Amino acid sequence: MPKRSDINSVLVIGSGPIVIGQACEFDYSGTQACRVLRAEGIRVILVNSNPATIMTDPDFADATYIEPITPEVIESIIIKEKPDAILPTLGGQTALNAAMALHDLGILEKYNVELIGAKVDAIKKGEDRQIFKQLVLDAGADVAKSVICSTLDECLAAVGELGYPLMVQPSFTMGGLGSGFAHDEEELRRICESGLQASPVTQVLLSESILGWKEYELELMRDTNDNCVVVCSIENVDPVGVHTGDSITVAPALTLTDREYQNLRDISIDIIRAVGVDTGGCNIQFAVDPTNGRVVVIEMNPRVSRSSALASKATGFPIAKIAAKLAIGYTLDEIPNDITRVTPASFEPTLDYIVVKVPRFAFEKFPAANNTLTTTMKSVGEAMAIGRNYSQALQKALRSLEKRGSSFHWEGPLGNIAELLEAIKTPTDGRLVQVQQALRAGATAAQVFDSTKIDPWFVDQIVLINEVADDIAKAPSLDTVVIKHAKNHGFSDAQIAQLRGIGEAEVRAIRHALNLRPVFKTVDTCAGEFPAETPYHYSTYEQETEVAPSDRKKVVILGSGPNRIGQGVEFDYSCVHASFALSDAGYETIMINCNPETVSTDYDTSDRLYFEPLTLEDVLEVIHAEQQSGELVGVVVQLGGQTALGLAKGLQDAGIPILGTTPDAIDLAEERGLFSKILEDGDLLAPANGTALNLAEAEVIASRIGYPVLVRPSFVLGGRGMEIVYDQTGIRDYFDRIKDQGIVGPNHPLLVDRFLDDAIEIDIDALFDGETLYVGGVMEHIEEAGIHSGDSSCTLPPITMSDSQIARVREATLKIAQGIGVRGLLNVQFALAADVLYVLEANPRASRTVPFVSKALGITLAKAASLVMVGKTIKSLIADGHLPEKDGTYIPAGAPIAVKEAVLPFKRFATKDGRFVDSLLGPEMRSTGEVMGIDVDFPKAFAKSQSAAGSALPTSGSIFISVSDRDKPQVILPVRRLQQLGYKVLATSGTAAILARHGIEVHVVRKHTDDSSVADGPTIVELITAGKVDVVVNTPSGSSARKDGYEIRAATTAADKAIFTTIAQLSAAIGSFEEVIAGPFAVKSLQDHAHDRAVALAK
Amino acid sequence: MSQALLVLEDGRVFHGDSYGAEGKTLGEVVFATGMTGYQETLTDPSYAGQIVVQTSPHIGNTGVNTRDEESSKVWVEGYVVRDPSRIVSNFRSEGSLPDELRKYGVVGISGIDTRALTRHLRTAGSMRGGVFSGVASKLPLEDLIAEVRAAVKMKGLSLSDVVSTSESYTVSPVGDRVGKVAIVDLGIKKSTIEHMASRGLEVEIYPASVNAAELLAANPDAVFYSNGPGDPEAAAAQVEVLKKVLDARIPFFGICFGNQLLGRALGFETYKLPFGHRGINQPVLDRKTGKVEVTAHNHGFAVKVDGGPEAQSPAGYGRVAVSHVSLNDDCVEGLECLDIPAFSVQYHPEAAAGPHDSNYLFDRLVELIKTNKAAK
Repeated sequence: MPKRSDINSVLVIGSGPIVIGQACEFDYSGTQACRVLRAEGIRVILVNSNPATIMTDPDFADATYIEPITPEVIESIIIKEKPDAILPTLGGQTALNAAMALHDLGILEKYNVELIGAKVDAIKKGEDRQIFKQLVLDAGADVAKSVICSTLDECLAAVGELGYPLMVQPSFTMGGLGSGFAHDEEELRRICESGLQASPVTQVLLSESILGWKEYELELMRDTNDNCVVVCSIENVDPVGVHTGDSITVAPALTLTDREYQNLRDISIDIIRAVGVDTGGCNIQFAVDPTNGRVVVIEMNPRVSRSSALASKATGFPIAKIAAKLAIGYTLDEIPNDITRVTPASFEPTLDYIVVKVPRFAFEKFPAANNTLTTTMKSVGEAMAIGRNYSQALQKALRSLEKRGSSFHWEGPLGNIAELLEAIKTPTDGRLVQVQQALRAGATAAQVFDSTKIDPWFVDQIVLINEVADDIAKAPSLDTVVIKHAKNHGFSDAQIAQLRGIGEAEVRAIRHALNLRPVFKTVDTCAGEFPAETPYHYSTYEQETEVAPSDRKKVVILGSGPNRIGQGVEFDYSCVHASFALSDAGYETIMINCNPETVSTDYDTSDRLYFEPLTLEDVLEVIHAEQQSGELVGVVVQLGGQTALGLAKGLQDAGIPILGTTPDAIDLAEERGLFSKILEDGDLLAPANGTALNLAEAEVIASRIGYPVLVRPSFVLGGRGMEIVYDQTGIRDYFDRIKDQGIVGPNHPLLVDRFLDDAIEIDIDALFDGETLYVGGVMEHIEEAGIHSGDSSCTLPPITMSDSQIARVREATLKIAQGIGVRGLLNVQFALAADVLYVLEANPRASRTVPFVSKALGITLAKAASLVMVGKTIKSLIADGHLPEKDGTYIPAGAPIAVKEAVLPFKRFATKDGRFVDSLLGPEMRSTGEVMGIDVDFPKAFAKSQSAAGSALPTSGSIFISVSDRDKPQVILPVRRLQQLGYKVLATSGTAAILARHGIEVHVVRKHTDDSSVADGPTIVELITAGKVDVVVNTPSGSSARKDGYEIRAATTAADKAIFTTIAQLSAAIGSFEEVIAGPFAVKSLQDHAHDRAVALAK
Repeated sequence: MSQALLVLEDGRVFHGDSYGAEGKTLGEVVFATGMTGYQETLTDPSYAGQIVVQTSPHIGNTGVNTRDEESSKVWVEGYVVRDPSRIVSNFRSEGSLPDELRKYGVVGISGIDTRALTRHLRTAGSMRGGVFSGVASKLPLEDLIAEVRAAVKMKGLSLSDVVSTSESYTVSPVGDRVGKVAIVDLGIKKSTIEHMASRGLEVEIYPASVNAAELLAANPDAVFYSNGPGDPEAAAAQVEVLKKVLDARIPFFGICFGNQLLGRALGFETYKLPFGHRGINQPVLDRKTGKVEVTAHNHGFAVKVDGGPEAQSPAGYGRVAVSHVSLNDDCVEGLECLDIPAFSVQYHPEAAAGPHDSNYLFDRLVELIKTNKAAK
């Protein structure tokens, strides 16, 4: 069936901020959808609150709304844009939930808007566990047996049917509270008794345990003609019990016979038909009992998912793109396969390589969090690698994580077998390395299987890797045979070096002398059956390479690797923009990255894509291959975050041209001594500071410059290891905690700065070509200095800075840019304390805020930067319209205010005893994503940002105040105003007394630590838990109140309520409370904002 | 592990390790792209005379079991894989693949760049080759190439007698008996027989050498020609038998080789594809319903029907529709006679290995039998 003629405009709903479980894979899918729809001549309207995404670039839609994804806002957009249809299946659960809310509220019907991609009925069938269970049974498939029990006797009776061990889940509790596994009657009694008590409806769900079963996923697509294809099978190396997002997974499935695989395929097709997904994709998860092959359906998602992004990258079959085409009426056989261009999309990809995905965790950011992996996803990103066999793909994937200790190693003494076998019983972020160490220490494959239930085939592969390691170590010399053997199983030069006791460079030199280089194969969807027209490559050590010669000038762009806290989609945005701009400028663009969630690893983005780890070895080999096939102009390293920047020096040493700011100049910014000289030369101030290589030096510096001090390791991103230290005990404690992390040492000095109390922090993103400075934007942080800029909310343009202050910031930035020798982007952080400007740090690279600046002001900084790097001047970029004539320091009257707010993952992380980790903000970044609110003034924009971040300000209700003594004077006015607005004020006795003296009517509540003999009524924690408090204001104070503070914040996190942990934030929000009471948000597209700005600038 | 060589007739050589039996083997080198079902592939008689290259790198992970055998033995002439499994991991497994290969004397090679080989075959076309391991690999290369070039060519080769049953036998229907199908075994797979029997068909299997009189004397409700190896042009005797079946207006169904023989009986030509279709991911359009099936393929030859979706049988059997086509290369994938009760498909509705999308064709056979009986 050809394209539907009745759909001329489509509203695409994005997935909002990056959170754990919903990351930039939806930017990839949404971007594809927007491109496809526009190419089909459809008017595309987009709503997504996340400014860091590529999809929200105004070029990808006709009307782009960076607005909160709420039914009210979407309704306003519908009224304004009158779309024919809404496409909600490419924006994750957020978009699907929004679509269902629009349906439930009757908005779709009211405005006659059709849901395309999945019907309401199908969404319900897929999401409602009870309906889905019945549908699976009707399809002749099976689900895990379960029984709902309301009494202990019922629980005991259920054992007869379910057997031990069984899983107990209390109904309607949050965060898995009270759930657990019972292995015998004693445990069952204990868990069920507390579970029944914990459940507000006195109900627990008992289900048969499928822990340790093999877990599989199938990715399917179906069209209106009932054609179904399975795009990819994925097997989890970690058996059932670990969330698939936290599991190491492999494609294709490797331990199924055809008969078993076809059974899964048959069930999947029956389910997709029964659910009624008829214009799109879905994924279905299975558990398979390894002892008898019994299959249980776990769940299905009637939409594009994280796994579909992975499957798309793994196979070359672009699920989101095809889903968008199916949604507007095409059938699979009408859509060509992009890679072969001659065959249709109605086929099933077949792989002649192995794909391994490994999750990346951020437990180091949450020291109190329990790192046991469960069915709640905790990873913040992932890396994917492709190899010609499993061992090769696995080792490439592990080194793609760029994380110390995540690769297999053969260093140090052998571990204790019994201890290791015990440790690997618990799945954690480091389990696979523990497995390798257990085998290395002499544990048998059977013992490892018993402890982990990891399929023996995967265990044997690690045995094999250890054997190869042994061969490498024992070989008389490092010859061709040994190296080929090592490389076939994915060993890096660094690993070989470790095994041979020599340097990595030496291994590389020997290897190159022997002329042993990887070849590059192609991901072609068809195992070589048809020629591939799309250069999507991966390395392996074999005979034949498939890199085609080219006569165009090439530019290599290094991506930013797996998402992690501090380095995510924002950097992908910059890389993708550089690729687009350089391609438009006539260069052949070559992308290297290993993150399957991203737009940069879409084979449509760059002229050539290399899915490779971002290590020096892997990058050098790609560059070598490309140099063999044509003329390389240089490598872009300043857009891919610290990952890419970290490779600059090594590339330069290897004689590879670096585009833009040179590695030596980068060092000027990173190396404290050299940077101080630049500041001195420019008459600029920095907070008093010093550089320490160890504790003793740090103590000397701190006592010289005076406490409190801000300590931070150099060469890290996202404030890793960054803390405010108040005294000598604190600094000793700090060194004690970081000693095993390898972030401070002879080559990695610790920077110690005087911490500025009560300062405003300012961020600036600018572009410099050696002559002209072009400011992208000046951002003012809402929280005072001391909160990591990534976690701080900020406004653009600044809301309290005068024009002369902005001019000073600009002048200082110019001096720094000149001093460093920047060619390209520069981010500088300043603090303004008592009208004195201090330079906190400068980073000659794309920053996290580049996309925010671009969206807020319509300045395409990353594109311009990439052109500067290849020699264009800013003057010429202005002349030919790439940049507006006036830079970001110019704020026309009536310019809108954009507020960026961070989104934090505290709810994903529980401590060992099952409570949430503390939600206090600090100098170490912990947010996973961000949102933007844009409106005519700050209160409106800030209110939008809070709503978009998922903690919408309530229009009425109770506000609890508990602040440190230091903050008490500042809290009075805001609280008074809130009371006038009609909010009920609660406080504990100390704060209450002071508020009462200011005429504020306060309801006193009991502290969490109050003895019940001295006061009565519920404690504040109990009130919050019961949902009776709508907003919590809690600033950290001395140690006596710290315990209370933690309990309050943890309960607020659990109850999903708005929380303010700084007074600055609260004060900023007062106007916003007024706005939310006043009524719904007005919406305006970026294109309309751009139009108004153009008019204002022309005046 | 001893070394092994794969030598192609155009002189290209791949060095690897010996896999399965040691020795030498000659055959037509073809690649198969399925990611599952190596055991079904190995025991598919259609692969007789061929050295099969698996494009999927890891082979042997799930071992072998009797249930997944598609015939009584391993038929491939030689086996080429990249990464043979060191262990077996599957609850259904009864043995290891290398043991099975050794049991049937199948000489194989592992550890070569199978993708380079596949791309070479795709560009240069399927060709003769030899796998040499152990002592056989020590001979001078020129001698090995000469040996390969002296091997028999697939074009013009008849292999039906090699793979066919020597005696006829019967398989009872499951459930209510619908009718009787007489199968001419040109290399039949177990799954085909199972599909028929499970639909209430009594199945009588005859050797490839069966003559028309014998076949018609059995008074079958339908005649079926199975898949099988070799050049359809070299199966003149079976084509003649088929013509008699068509003349008698006995319902006919054919799969793969059976499709090619129906094509020839109808008077169409068959031709050798450059490198064939061998995979379980092939999209086929059913022109009648407009639906796409993902199907299992294993064919090196195809029927040539000019002039669009419908043509006249040059042999005078009336109108013939090209009922199914490959969406990858428009190759004829199914024939349906509009004036006589006969149809066939080039691909494998019995799958094994492969998707079950086309199992319905066995239902069509049952319908055809029922309709034909009712018309009588």
